[in-house]
Amino acid sequence: MTIVINVNGADHSVDAAPDTPLLYVLRDDLALNGAKFGCGLGQCGACTVQVDGQAAYSCLLPVAAAQGRRIRTVEGLGTVENPGLLQKAFETEQAAQCGYCIAGMIMRAQALLDANPRPTEAQIRAHMQPNLCRCGTHMRILRAVRRAAGLPVEAA
Amino acid sequence: MHRAGSIRALVALLALTLSACAGGPRLPAPPPQTFDRAEIERGAGLARLGDCQGCHTTEDGVAYAGGRPLQTPFGTLYATNITPDPKTGLGRYSRDAFVRAMRRGVRADGAQLYPGFPYDHFAYADDADISALYAFLMTRRPIQQTPPPNRLIPPANIRGAVAIWKALFFHPGPPVTPDPADERARGAYLVESLGHCGACHTPHNFLGAEQTKKPLDGGYQEGWYAPPLNALSPASVPWTPERLERYFRTGLDRDHAAAAGPMSAVVRELSKASEADLHAMAVYLAEVMRPAPAGQGRPALVDRAEAAARAHPQGASLYAGACAACHEPGAQMMAEGRPPLPLGTPLHEADPRDTLQIILKGLTPPLGGAGPYMPAFASSLTDGQVAEIAAYVQARYSDRPAWSNLTAAVAKARQAGEGAS
Repeated sequence: MTIVINVNGADHSVDAAPDTPLLYVLRDDLALNGAKFGCGLGQCGACTVQVDGQAAYSCLLPVAAAQGRRIRTVEGLGTVENPGLLQKAFETEQAAQCGYCIAGMIMRAQALLDANPRPTEAQIRAHMQPNLCRCGTHMRILRAVRRAAGLPVEAA
Repeated sequence: MHRAGSIRALVALLALTLSACAGGPRLPAPPPQTFDRAEIERGAGLARLGDCQGCHTTEDGVAYAGGRPLQTPFGTLYATNITPDPKTGLGRYSRDAFVRAMRRGVRADGAQLYPGFPYDHFAYADDADISALYAFLMTRRPIQQTPPPNRLIPPANIRGAVAIWKALFFHPGPPVTPDPADERARGAYLVESLGHCGACHTPHNFLGAEQTKKPLDGGYQEGWYAPPLNALSPASVPWTPERLERYFRTGLDRDHAAAAGPMSAVVRELSKASEADLHAMAVYLAEVMRPAPAGQGRPALVDRAEAAARAHPQGASLYAGACAACHEPGAQMMAEGRPPLPLGTPLHEADPRDTLQIILKGLTPPLGGAGPYMPAFASSLTDGQVAEIAAYVQARYSDRPAWSNLTAAVAKARQAGEGAS
């Protein structure tokens, strides 16, 4: 069936079964390959996007449930030539090792900064807790989030 | 004008009278004392069995130093500091003062304690058990920390008003000392006294008192439903003592559920209680819950996929995309000992709120620990979508009457979740 979803401010009409995970539609139909398939069970966070401003696992969000809501992916934050503030902070801190988790990490962090531009260290850690990084670059990821929030880059 | 003035005077007089309603005389501080190591250890087990930490420790705070908020229909209570700090904790409590606080709900200085502290249960605790608990608490590291002031609505904000509440609802019998050789009796005693299971699992009246005529009939706590622990148990497969004991230790049973909401914190402490006490409680509770029907094996799993999809097509499609990867029959998760949905106790409860809370909040293992996990859907699904999924899974996996007004119930469950942890 035809489903219309709004991604990064633009409406897209896609032909998909209503129970298709949003992640598949983003990657296979819209060629937005930032969000990754990790576990498919909502346990790792590699597929994290924003839905109506909040971080959500796109692997567990049926595309039908995304109709009429604002989807934002890492591609919506900036481009290679012109990266967004948070993307730039991740780059400056060299937060990626293999990079598989990073789009999800950025989108979860963005949801926090949108709601709370000056979070405390405890708020950052609690908010980022659901997303996993297999390489173990968490300390760099935390530094990048602090940098984007205008906080001292090293934890107080 | 004159009338308003006299009403104000009357209210002021009432407040003054109530604030004078002490629960008893001030009891003096104890002399320096020593405790027997075995007694301290027994007390440690009992403190875990009663999950003292559940209220008296904040999420990231020092154990027993207090400060955790307890949401009640009358406002927020903050649990007290029960470390032996003389200024802000129990340091000036003699054993007698501690016994009086536990059994009568009166502070060492004579003031009333709010019944958020379940002295209606602790009244039944026996001398030896209270002494052991005292020995344990008085040998913790003293922490100087004052909890935030309670935020209660009038007249509950007047401490002396507790005297009226007690006159109405607090008429405990004498303490119980079960025969140590009788396991079932010890279990019944622990469930009723230090375990204070009824504080959540018994329904409460409009003034927050337990309906003593409906013991363990199921109650509401912090936005969750605590299911009945008696013959009204909604479990499809009867509990056995072995299963209950394992549930106390792990918070998980493959024929019922994973501990969630307030119970997940309870299990974290309960799991460290003494083996004999947990076994005794399991023996007792398995007996009072619906006993296993003789000569009957496991019930057939209800699965009415087609009928449910016809009745709730949107729910079926949302379930397929959001839930099926873990919950569809045959999914890997069930091979790892997680309960299949047709056996999940929440789907068989008359009230949908446990199902809704679990969909909204998911299940979180303790920080840094292992345990059952489920992602939270609060931020990705709307109230209507959560309601559709709940309607579909109930229609598919349960033969109980369909829940009604689900969308409103989801909105309410979301609100109940705010502020509580």
